[in-house]
Amino acid sequence: MTSTQPRTAGSTDPDAPPAGTTAKRLKSGHGDRGGSRVFRWVSTGAGVLILVILAAVAIFLVQRAWPAITADPEELASRISWFRADSLLGFVGPLVFGTLLAAALALLIATPIAIGIALFISHYAPRRLANALGYVVDLLAAIPSVVYGLWGGLVLSPLVTPVWQWLGDWFGWIPLFGGSVSPTGRVMMTVGVVLAVMILPIITAICREVFLQTPRLHEEAALALGATQWEMVRMAVLPFARSGIVSAAMLGMGRALGETMAVLMILSPGFAYSFQLLVAGKQQTIAANIAAQFPEANQTGVATLIATGLALFVITLAVNMAARAIVARRKDFSGAN
Amino acid sequence: MTTTTAPKPAPEGSASLRELLQTNDAKRRRTDVTMRVLITAAFVLAMLPLLSLTYTVVSQGIGRLDGYFLMNSMRGVFGGMDAGGIYHAIVGTLQITLFAALISVPIGLLTAIYLVEYGGGKPLAKTVTFLVDVMTGIPSIVAGLFAYALFALLLGPGAKFGFIGSVALSVLMIPVVIRSSEEMLRLVPNELREASLALGVPRWLTILKVVLRTSVAGLTTGVMLAIARVIGETAPLLLTVGVIDSINFNLFEGRMMTLPVYVYRQYAQGLVPCSADDAACIPDINIQRAWAAALTLFLIVMLLNLIGRLVTRWFAPKIR
Repeated sequence: MTSTQPRTAGSTDPDAPPAGTTAKRLKSGHGDRGGSRVFRWVSTGAGVLILVILAAVAIFLVQRAWPAITADPEELASRISWFRADSLLGFVGPLVFGTLLAAALALLIATPIAIGIALFISHYAPRRLANALGYVVDLLAAIPSVVYGLWGGLVLSPLVTPVWQWLGDWFGWIPLFGGSVSPTGRVMMTVGVVLAVMILPIITAICREVFLQTPRLHEEAALALGATQWEMVRMAVLPFARSGIVSAAMLGMGRALGETMAVLMILSPGFAYSFQLLVAGKQQTIAANIAAQFPEANQTGVATLIATGLALFVITLAVNMAARAIVARRKDFSGAN
Repeated sequence: MTTTTAPKPAPEGSASLRELLQTNDAKRRRTDVTMRVLITAAFVLAMLPLLSLTYTVVSQGIGRLDGYFLMNSMRGVFGGMDAGGIYHAIVGTLQITLFAALISVPIGLLTAIYLVEYGGGKPLAKTVTFLVDVMTGIPSIVAGLFAYALFALLLGPGAKFGFIGSVALSVLMIPVVIRSSEEMLRLVPNELREASLALGVPRWLTILKVVLRTSVAGLTTGVMLAIARVIGETAPLLLTVGVIDSINFNLFEGRMMTLPVYVYRQYAQGLVPCSADDAACIPDINIQRAWAAALTLFLIVMLLNLIGRLVTRWFAPKIR
């Protein structure tokens, strides 16, 4: 209260604007004239633009997808050659299933390995090596997905085919590995592995950040009590980083959900609700389906594809928001911010 | 404390007690070693595919990557001809990415300035922060669909030209620029702002001449990394820009080729059926071109990353 006193008194200064303006200036808290005001409005405008862009994305997608959403399924089927379902939901369903399956598979493979790498870099590797490794991991995150797709299609698929064959021969009684194993390797399992490799750097980078934020004193306390290195990691580092790991995994999953090229270039597509990971022509993801059909689609086809894109948008939004919510909820207790 | 520095000459129990304290529990030690091995193994396991990827791209791509490949387009190239290059794709990629950067950098930078300098916990700033998070998660193909839908509304359906691709890429690039710039602006010490304001410099000049000047290295790095992120995007360009075999310099008319789409297209065309008596026909010419283009893209991305990081090192202001 008293601190405002001298500043109001200062308005008697000859250079100062009239009293009314001073009061207003004090209220808004900015020295807001001329260039300053323009600059503030421009930068606020940029902030509002973000709002507008995101609203536009949602509105335009809905507007373009509307013809397909409201259309008669039979009409869709008659106009679109690849529409083999009795309703739009029946068409989107298997695609959503395939998308979730691919992402879940990638996450299942990538998360433990990523935690391992992050721990190696943050707590096991020598300090000098650790910095270089962190840098390499960041670089790997920048490799374009089409290069991963090329590698997955031409190098990995032939390489893993014997492994999948072996899995099918010995573990065929598990439904996941059942069915006739594809001789080309262009199956969901290969896609899962490639997606896992792609999201590894992202998950690793976030996990490493979080692990490095573990309070030094906690670690030293654990070691001083006689804990081995692993016990220190388990008791001090992992509990501290738990929510960070979860959100890293979910961000990686968001990446895997929207991944187009690797899936498009590797998977031989199909439209079934099938858990058979080693059989070709069973599943397809939303993103890959859009990229495959869009260039040759007619108007109705484009509307249908945009409707599936809308579904993908909603799914990734949900996953990302869940990840952020987890981080926000446990912000005070962990290093995941 | 005292027991470790000066062990008391204590009764019979002390010998066994000391042994207990000094020897490791075998089970605990085993777990420790096992976990150490597992963690190192995870690291090695993860490096294998990444090394394999780098090695294959370099070894397969280097053979075809020469001056001819870089300076020629695919116009008039068909079948297994030993010809064709990526000049048109490089032109497209550079133009489209440059325009995406021209759209995203001002918007991203101004938004970051708003969030850091003017936002200060206002509801709008909180909403924008949240929406930037949401925008980060937009799948690239959805960004492509959005740009397509936007221009379908403006110009009628079926429009395909380079600028639509730029819009799609900027949807992906803006949140990345905002995130990194925001971080950099927050690193500028408040004392600098206060000193400038105390000297009577208006706020906007303070931001331009002090805040931005101090963080320019970090901002450049952020922009370079954002460019490296979007330059390899394939799916949105496949939808919005399409494919073409000739050189097109006009961003606002006609389809353009881009490097990532070129890689995909060559890969999708696959092996060429060659007749046995045609010695000039190379069956896997498309695949060779795909690898060479992939190597080019890989090198561009790595170069952008390296320069981006070096900029920080070279131009970082010396704050004591």
